[in-house]
Amino acid sequence: MDLESLLPTLLGLAWLLPLASFAVILFAGPRLGSHGKGAAGVATAAIVGSFVLSLFAFISWIAQHPVRAVAHGDHGAAHASADPAHGATDHADASHASAAAHDEHGGQHGESAAHAGSPVHYSGDWYTLYEGGRLKLSIGWYVDALTVLMFVMITFIATCIHVYASGYMHDELHDITDHEVHLADGGHLHRPGRFHRFFQALSLFCFSMLGIVIAGNLAMVFIFWELVGICSWFLIGFYYERKSASNAANKAFIVNRIGDFGMLIGLMALWGALGTLHFADATGPDGHVRPGLFTLVRPPVAGHAQWVPDGMVKFAAAEKVERVLLSHADDPRAGVEQVEAKVEDWRDEGYGRWLLLVAGLGIFCGCIGKSAQFPLFVWLPDAMEGPTPVSALVHSATMVAAGVYLTGRFYPVLTPDALLVIAYVGAITLFIAATIALVANDIKRVLAYSTVSQLGYMMLALGVGGWLAGLFHLVTHAFFKSLLFLCSGSVIHACHTNDMRKMGGLAKAMPWTSGTMLVGCLAIIGAGVPFLDIGLSGYYSKDSILAQALLFARENPAHSILFYAVAGGAMLTAFYMFRLWFMTFAGKPRDHHVHEHAHESPPVMVYPLVALSILAVVAGWTLPGGFGIANMIEQARPAGTGGLELGGLLFSAFTVPAEHASHAHDIHVTASLTAFATAATGVLLAALMYVWGIIPPAMVASAVKPLYTFLANRWYFDEIYRFLFVLPVLGLSQLVSGTDKGVIDRMIEGLAWGAKQVAGFDAWIDRTLIDGLVNGTASATYSAGLELKKLQTGQLRQYVMFIALGTVAIFVLAGLLFRSSFAG
Amino acid sequence: MMDFFVAPSILLPGLSMPSCLATVPLFAANPFTEPVGVIHYLVVGAVLFTAGIACMTLKRNALGILMGIELVLNGANINFVAFSSSYLRGEGAPTLGLDGQVVALFVILLAAAEAAVALAITLNFYNNHATVDVDRADDLKG
Repeated sequence: MDLESLLPTLLGLAWLLPLASFAVILFAGPRLGSHGKGAAGVATAAIVGSFVLSLFAFISWIAQHPVRAVAHGDHGAAHASADPAHGATDHADASHASAAAHDEHGGQHGESAAHAGSPVHYSGDWYTLYEGGRLKLSIGWYVDALTVLMFVMITFIATCIHVYASGYMHDELHDITDHEVHLADGGHLHRPGRFHRFFQALSLFCFSMLGIVIAGNLAMVFIFWELVGICSWFLIGFYYERKSASNAANKAFIVNRIGDFGMLIGLMALWGALGTLHFADATGPDGHVRPGLFTLVRPPVAGHAQWVPDGMVKFAAAEKVERVLLSHADDPRAGVEQVEAKVEDWRDEGYGRWLLLVAGLGIFCGCIGKSAQFPLFVWLPDAMEGPTPVSALVHSATMVAAGVYLTGRFYPVLTPDALLVIAYVGAITLFIAATIALVANDIKRVLAYSTVSQLGYMMLALGVGGWLAGLFHLVTHAFFKSLLFLCSGSVIHACHTNDMRKMGGLAKAMPWTSGTMLVGCLAIIGAGVPFLDIGLSGYYSKDSILAQALLFARENPAHSILFYAVAGGAMLTAFYMFRLWFMTFAGKPRDHHVHEHAHESPPVMVYPLVALSILAVVAGWTLPGGFGIANMIEQARPAGTGGLELGGLLFSAFTVPAEHASHAHDIHVTASLTAFATAATGVLLAALMYVWGIIPPAMVASAVKPLYTFLANRWYFDEIYRFLFVLPVLGLSQLVSGTDKGVIDRMIEGLAWGAKQVAGFDAWIDRTLIDGLVNGTASATYSAGLELKKLQTGQLRQYVMFIALGTVAIFVLAGLLFRSSFAG
Repeated sequence: MMDFFVAPSILLPGLSMPSCLATVPLFAANPFTEPVGVIHYLVVGAVLFTAGIACMTLKRNALGILMGIELVLNGANINFVAFSSSYLRGEGAPTLGLDGQVVALFVILLAAAEAAVALAITLNFYNNHATVDVDRADDLKG
């Protein structure tokens, strides 16, 4: 079977297996084993199946498309002179030249993918939801190296977490007394366990997440985007009896809606102007090729340089189009031709550039919500109310990375202005989140803010032109962050508290957990040896981000703050991660009660830690010969995004530098040294404060008390949002409900009252007049009967008398009346 | 006064009264001096009728009332018979002919039937009330 039909089959099955597991648990959940214990087995079997299928797809991919080093190598070595064609593009007018020179398909993907035509990809539709006119909605696939890699990454982490969760959630197998829920009678909530429901939601989540990754068009992305949103809601609110959990779930859902609103605007802009949401070109049954988004925005005709698609130009210049068509009213065909001829002029005049920007920023809005970027990051720390395996899978490794993934997938459509916005949003996010993480005491919250901060890194990397750096960091981060969360879950499992101030000295009690967590911490701070270029996974990804940010800062001195944000963020990361590790595992126990009960977690929870820690170490490595995650992602680089791009619609002109230029020796070395120095400073500072106690943390806190309070209160974001948005909305809704109750209800009640009065009057008329008439007739008849019955004396003789006299009277009367006739 | 005695017969069906009245004056002369004619029979019938009515109204005995009824019916019968006789009516005057006789026979028949029913009622009444006093028979009093 060739790859074209093999990959959709394999990945499609891998995608649907968790759905099957969801269905099985949904319908047979509590009957699977005792107390639904079998649910874990079903879900784990499904995700393991997905992993095996993904791995098979991965192997067949690399067999067909060998992953080799890109022309410029990935670290060090000679770059600029290695390939004259690429060298020429370094500072020339962008992709026009480069892509034209390398417009090739298939064949030597490994080498040419970076700057050549479209990357190797397979796309198609499984099922068409709707088709009318030029609009088509479908469930389809878009598979390239990135998709395959994401499948393996997601299913691997999900497998680890399923195994881990089957140990972590064992409490849910029996009835549970939730000590965090205080009932009105002072007691605690007692409820049945929900083991199977956890795995049911987890399976649905895996299905939805894989759906986003495999999606062949933005509409499908949006569908699964919302599905992961609802799964996140289920899982954050897993302990929904706790007020904090249900609030956190609602907060996550509502905050994400805000971002999704922007995403809808982006979708509408694309669909309205271009009439397609497909990523790739599609060949219809009639052999007609419908160009996808990527082709429309970066057509091969223009050498894969970004331009405003015809549809958007015409859409934006609708008035001019109308005028031209009207002037050719007698010959519509000539009018259409005239419009087509003028599109080029209008494009040069700048029509549609704003529309393209709005489309890009709109889609990015959805990513802001999902990937917890400033200003919508407030939901993610609260989302830690969910069980820890959920935090590890959904809220650090996969779902929140979906925003970064989509930004990366959607990269060709983003204009330089949009990229700069993304970079700044990322920079602000990474800085704010890192500062808050410095003072957080809840172990999971530190990790949550760290996640937000790292997502900021990825966004910044994408924004400054580091497409590969951002997505590379996405993959490596997924491994070490899920590892960190699972370690924290293991600690919480042992200590029954989230508060780091009660921990300390746990390294002896939990050797495996502390060891693997140390690996995770080292990976996240990007530990490595600068000149030997050896390090943990984070070292490579973070270095490439730093290098790209540095390059961007050099090209655009006005934006050098982006580099300082990254460098400063690296130091903060190192500080808070090691603060976490030292406070938890090093030093002396602070709370003996906690310390005595601490124990290593069961093997079912430790194995995933080990597996993930191995990947946290090696995920960034590039094997001799070029095989490595970075080079594999490079295979999927969208056409035309390797070169320089000039911006300047929103901001004064700036340059988005080509990514391979960041591999230049001086940039690379400066970046690695900066990374090493900042990380070492951070770790040293943490050690000084929390291990050796040379600088007592309490003293620091009191020395900068206002700042400390500011950070401890999370920059007062929740309070500001409460004041700015929540309270006005509540006030407005109170006003509306007041209007409803005070005006509309009153009006309706008044109408009802009026109707009641009318009815009362009507009833009165009915009772008095009509009933009176009827009753009066009846009683008159009755009394007449009473009177008449007196005639019925029963005296026979009297009757005879009456008859006789009556007869006589009749004769008398008749005689009087007819006298004349008698008389003749 | 004689108008009143004649009146019932004028109302009888089948009798074209105006022509009869026009041809035969009722009060030609003193009845006591005249030869016996229709008038005399009519007077006897009227007396019988009046006596019957009086009997019906005044008697309290149910059997007495029944007798009164017989008198009334027979008073009427006499009128029929008188009007059916061409002899009494005089030469050329219109008569009821055999119709009058037949009606009289019917009345007799009817009276017999009525008497049979009335007597049965009376007997039952007697069984229930141990009397035939009609003043006591006020069960149907309103």
